[in-house]
Amino acid sequence: MNFDFSDDQKQLRDQARKFLAEKCSPKAVRVVLDGMAPYDKELWKGLAEMGFLGVAIPEEFGGAGAGHLELCVIAEEMGRANAPVPFSSTVYLAAEALLIAGSDAQKKKWLPTIASGEAIGTLALFEGKGNPSPKNVKLTAANGVLNGVKKPVADGAIADFAVVAARTGSSGRDSDISLFLVDLKGGGAEVKSLTNLDPTRGQAEITFKDCRAEPLGAAGEGWSILTQVLDRAAVLCAFEQVGGADRALEMGRDYALDRIAFGRQIGSFQAVKHMLADMYVSATLARSNSYYGAWALSTNAAELPEAAAAARISATQAFQHCAKNNIQVHGGMGFTWEFDCHMYYRRANAMALGLGSLSYWEDQLIERMRKKNAA
Amino acid sequence: MNFDDTPQEAEFRTTARAWIAANAPKQYEEELRKSSLGRTVLKNANILDVAKAWQKKKADAGWACLHWPKEYGGRGSSPIERVIWQQEEGPFGQLSRMFIIGHGMCGPTMMAFAREEHKRTYLPPLASGEKVWCQLFSEPAGGSDVAGLRTRAEKDGDDWVINGQKIWTSGAHYSDYGILLTRTDPTVPKHKGLTMFFLDMKSPGVEVRPIKQASGASDFNEVYFTNVRIPDHQRLGEVGDGWNVSLTTLMNERSAIGAAVSTGFPELFEYCSSLMLDDGPAIEDRAVRSKLANWAVKASGLKYTSMRAISALSKGERPGPENSIGKLVAGSMIQDVATYALDLQGAAGVVSGENAELAGRFQAMLLRAPGTRVEGGTDEIMRNIIAERVLGLPGDIRVDKDVPFNKIPTKGRN
Repeated sequence: MNFDFSDDQKQLRDQARKFLAEKCSPKAVRVVLDGMAPYDKELWKGLAEMGFLGVAIPEEFGGAGAGHLELCVIAEEMGRANAPVPFSSTVYLAAEALLIAGSDAQKKKWLPTIASGEAIGTLALFEGKGNPSPKNVKLTAANGVLNGVKKPVADGAIADFAVVAARTGSSGRDSDISLFLVDLKGGGAEVKSLTNLDPTRGQAEITFKDCRAEPLGAAGEGWSILTQVLDRAAVLCAFEQVGGADRALEMGRDYALDRIAFGRQIGSFQAVKHMLADMYVSATLARSNSYYGAWALSTNAAELPEAAAAARISATQAFQHCAKNNIQVHGGMGFTWEFDCHMYYRRANAMALGLGSLSYWEDQLIERMRKKNAA
Repeated sequence: MNFDDTPQEAEFRTTARAWIAANAPKQYEEELRKSSLGRTVLKNANILDVAKAWQKKKADAGWACLHWPKEYGGRGSSPIERVIWQQEEGPFGQLSRMFIIGHGMCGPTMMAFAREEHKRTYLPPLASGEKVWCQLFSEPAGGSDVAGLRTRAEKDGDDWVINGQKIWTSGAHYSDYGILLTRTDPTVPKHKGLTMFFLDMKSPGVEVRPIKQASGASDFNEVYFTNVRIPDHQRLGEVGDGWNVSLTTLMNERSAIGAAVSTGFPELFEYCSSLMLDDGPAIEDRAVRSKLANWAVKASGLKYTSMRAISALSKGERPGPENSIGKLVAGSMIQDVATYALDLQGAAGVVSGENAELAGRFQAMLLRAPGTRVEGGTDEIMRNIIAERVLGLPGDIRVDKDVPFNKIPTKGRN
């Protein structure tokens, strides 16, 4: 049994960690947090140069052609560094949708520009409140144009193109939904930035008015493709969350060792030690579930839907738990803008919602387990 | 990343599987598979007899205590082969429960500290299950604080004379031998005045009394020592070095990689899959699903944490500290799972025993569960271990550290 990353993959992780420690310090993250830039363009360029943006994109489309396990270890480091770049939207959502459903021409057009850092992509799925569901898709597609409003769209304000879920039927079935590819700079898409919990990753509202769009994948296959995209993204996001959880735990541990109160290190009080031990437990469970997700993703296993949901739930809980208690360990200082704790708290809670909230994934997990057992 | 055996592992697995298929007591397989925390497992046979017979059969064919050296009754197997054996033994592994303390703790301690002739005499029958061993550490005044124990050992010629009381001794009532931690010097700080021995549980002056647990069952005992004589050659380690000897024992207790921990989740999922609530099947209820999902990811998280440790073993590495979370997570989880299973039954959940839903499976689990959060290290001790050994946080301040044992206060208030 070798339920672990290979030495090469671990080396890649170390390389990514080193790169991000240098290029993505908390100070750099704060430039975006404070609204001085929509995202860290220099970092984005650097990630492209390192080959990280295209690590799972095949060589024939301009990528490194490594694979999803390699992408997982990079994702972990992106989460650890709280990187203020549109990595998840572009790489986990847009690129994966293209890889699953794109025509050769579409892949040739967009994937090389993703790998090179020239194009930012995203997925436009949500339309206000609600979790992923065909019935929540109201935006219509007819005669090659889209009409409707998507929000929130992650990184929508800086994206060059979007994969858009649209209604093409009214039968009440999943086959009412089709996917489209939209060049957001081509006219017909009006983009408005939204304030959001985590300013280091933007959210937008996009209004489509007779916006020209080309189909992505077969008509009526949209929901099935989307489900696959969300499962893949769930695993990849889980690695970001695991990285973020680990970092929040480390910050809490370090502060508990440095801070003196009542004449002792606060980390010598059991109330604090036990809180940190529980954070370690959550982070470890999340890491193990995520590894299983990585295995399922990289082998395209039949277990992926269940593994992805488990990784999603476990990693979401762990990141929220660690980020929240990191602030608690820091006491009052943890609640200042000056300390970095809130950046992870914001990221943890924003990520908990991005692909659909916990209650959605809980429901999905049990439905998938039930189906497997019935089969 | 894969779940495949190496060629050597696959070969070992095939051999083990074939032997088990040909020799295991199949007539009990179903009952063993369905056993869960707090429930007696065999209806028409004495589990002690069945367990001993299976262990002896394994030993005769070289499948007992796989990781022990051959000369002491083992197989000299690698750690990963031991894990593969456990996986293949499956439900029959339940029969090893009565030997866990002896094989997991007493044996390794004997191997590290006993005289060679004692090892050759005592270890093979321990491996084969012909002799059962227990561990006599905990006392009324020394639970989590084991080093606070008060059982005295005083030198008298070539013997030591033991007086005192142990508690929470698993299996003392059917044990032939035990390892015993005693206080030999009360005038030095507590960790420095301890000494370890092994003894024949049939020695004159040893009295075993079962404890009636909160669950109503009796899995543990009190053991009283009145002028029990132990020859000095049965001492394990130096006089006054008992604490270090006991750490060897306890470290072995916590390194049981790959041993499945009981979470109650498979039982609950199965139950919810067939249970009808007022509004329809339980498994379709959003609130039930949310609860199940939260436990599902804990159960799978533990499973894959264990797989990571096994992978480290497979590569010949030492597993990291991740595995230390198993007991902490599973202990409180099984308690919560049992509570919820009864909640789903409504008022009928109060009925226990044969007349209850699923013959009282979850009721029995509920009543046994508090013990799982205490035995083998309380939840609080486990959190201390994680905080100190994994995260590197400071140890607790020990106000009795440099105080002679006989000067430490013994009463909380007057």
